[in-house]
Amino acid sequence: MSASNAAAPEHRELKQDDRLQQQHMLRRVLLRPEVGALAGAAALWMYFAIAAGDRGFLSLAGTASYLEVAAQLGILAIAVSLLMISGEFDLSIGSMIGAAGMVIAILSVEYDLNIWLAMFAALLVSIAVGVVNGLLVRWTRLPSFIITLATLFIIRGLTIAITRIVTGRTTVSDLDEAAGYASAQRLFDSEITLLGAGFPVSILWWVGLTTLATWVLIRTPYGNWIFGCGGNEQAAHNVGVPVNRVKISLFIVTAVAAWLVAVIQVIALRGANVIQGEQREFYAIIAVVIGGTLLTGGYGSAIGAAIGALIYGMVQQGMIYVGIDSDWFQVFLGSMVLFAVLLNQIVRVRAMKVGS
Amino acid sequence: MTTPSGSALIDVANISKSFGSVRALNDVSMSVSGGEVHCLLGDNGAGKSTLIKVLSGVHLPDHGEMRIDGQPVRFSSPRNALQAGIATAYQDLAMIPLMSISRNFFLGNEPTTGWGPFRQFDIARADEITRIELNRMGIAIRDPSQPVGTLSGGERQSVAIARAVYFGARILILDEPTAALGVKEAGVVLRYIARAREDGLGVIFITHNVHHAWAIGDKFTMLSHGRSEGTFRKEETSREAVISLMAGGAALEELEHELGHNAPPSSQS
Repeated sequence: MSASNAAAPEHRELKQDDRLQQQHMLRRVLLRPEVGALAGAAALWMYFAIAAGDRGFLSLAGTASYLEVAAQLGILAIAVSLLMISGEFDLSIGSMIGAAGMVIAILSVEYDLNIWLAMFAALLVSIAVGVVNGLLVRWTRLPSFIITLATLFIIRGLTIAITRIVTGRTTVSDLDEAAGYASAQRLFDSEITLLGAGFPVSILWWVGLTTLATWVLIRTPYGNWIFGCGGNEQAAHNVGVPVNRVKISLFIVTAVAAWLVAVIQVIALRGANVIQGEQREFYAIIAVVIGGTLLTGGYGSAIGAAIGALIYGMVQQGMIYVGIDSDWFQVFLGSMVLFAVLLNQIVRVRAMKVGS
Repeated sequence: MTTPSGSALIDVANISKSFGSVRALNDVSMSVSGGEVHCLLGDNGAGKSTLIKVLSGVHLPDHGEMRIDGQPVRFSSPRNALQAGIATAYQDLAMIPLMSISRNFFLGNEPTTGWGPFRQFDIARADEITRIELNRMGIAIRDPSQPVGTLSGGERQSVAIARAVYFGARILILDEPTAALGVKEAGVVLRYIARAREDGLGVIFITHNVHHAWAIGDKFTMLSHGRSEGTFRKEETSREAVISLMAGGAALEELEHELGHNAPPSSQS
């Protein structure tokens, strides 16, 4: 009798702990920024699988086609997500793609430079642009939205003007005749054959960079500083986080991501065009926002941005498979953004309430 | 409770600071010893914020001297002040709501494991230390990985205090930690302040609430228009004198007098 009496409350306690534990797990899952995007991606995939599964969406070639679109946007979006979590914007990345591509094409085609050297030169240019963006934002303390809107136009304008002065045209082609093209192609534009279908190597870059960014963000002190800068810059500064260094380095990261996309594109297209990368900055922000990152900073994830890019790729290619006129693509994308922002808002508010 | 009244931990002498033509601090001196709560009182715009920003390394003073343990110091950043053992918990800037408690706790001082490029934030250890430190202060946290936003205002302030104590702060500056709190919550925070004092810390406590100040304060320094109106030990003064000081002293008497003319005579005291 007494033994069973003693056992009963203990049992109840255990049960209660279990329930608490479950609640914690649930909150932890709900608080992950990318949950909404993940659910959205799964729902979209199912929709396209049902609507266009028999027309090739489910085939390996179909999968490779949307993954390639997702990869190129994803590389940008991952970098943008880090910067946005730190509380800043970079609109200049679209122009940076065009500028980096042109630097590579002009140096290797017009000046017969080895393509690796041309790529290195373009990398230096992109780092310089990142430094300038970062310094301007930190010196003036103006919103980075405005600063990088300005550099967006300046870089695009410079790219067009200088290209026309040097080459007399706005496109440069025959990049494949440049020295070093074959080895560069292996790294940036080869295909990996998997189960009989070719998957572009850019997908590996995308997955690798997502992994790296996620690790940095949640497993390093620097990642903690990124969240801190975006969550409350003053508070972060007060506890000794080097806010300037964090933010300027992230402007360099976005510019270098634009460089990498430019490299992948010019090698695949064997040439460059001055308007390359136009509007990529907006699509990258869309992917990041769909991925659950707050526009105001301090909250978000790189995986979310990668999933946002996946959604973009799936919708763009999926609509073709379903046979929906691509005129509707932008309508759909805009609606996705609205829906994602609202959903994330609700989820976050609810998750914050669970604990109190 | 016995508090050793040793030599001052921090000593500021004749500090002045101007912003443009505005003299925010004019020849202010104060000193804080270990195991002592020093209340900084004064109206809005009296210079309290400027003074604590000078102490915590946000602003450099134009004139005057700061000494820690008798050694002159000059802080060019909050990081300098932190290294010298001065930790500041700002009223609204202390915590980042969407980050977890342990991430907030260790922001800027993350424990790491591994080496070289693989050196990473040791989250398990951060969670563990956070839980232990908060328990030590009497705050039961179920899950250190829950967002700070789920904590109450008093708990947040307590986390900020626990963090400062853990990182070896010897001087704790608390900027109106009880301002936005209810009675019970404020009591919780005041208890942690007392705990920090028992640990031998020097506490600079800014508040508008005379009950909070009187309950915990050992010394009171009154600022007015950027000048110090003097420092009083608790035993040299009275609750009423502190109330009068906080309410603006002479200015209030004048106001009372002025209002008294229109009020019924019985209200005159």
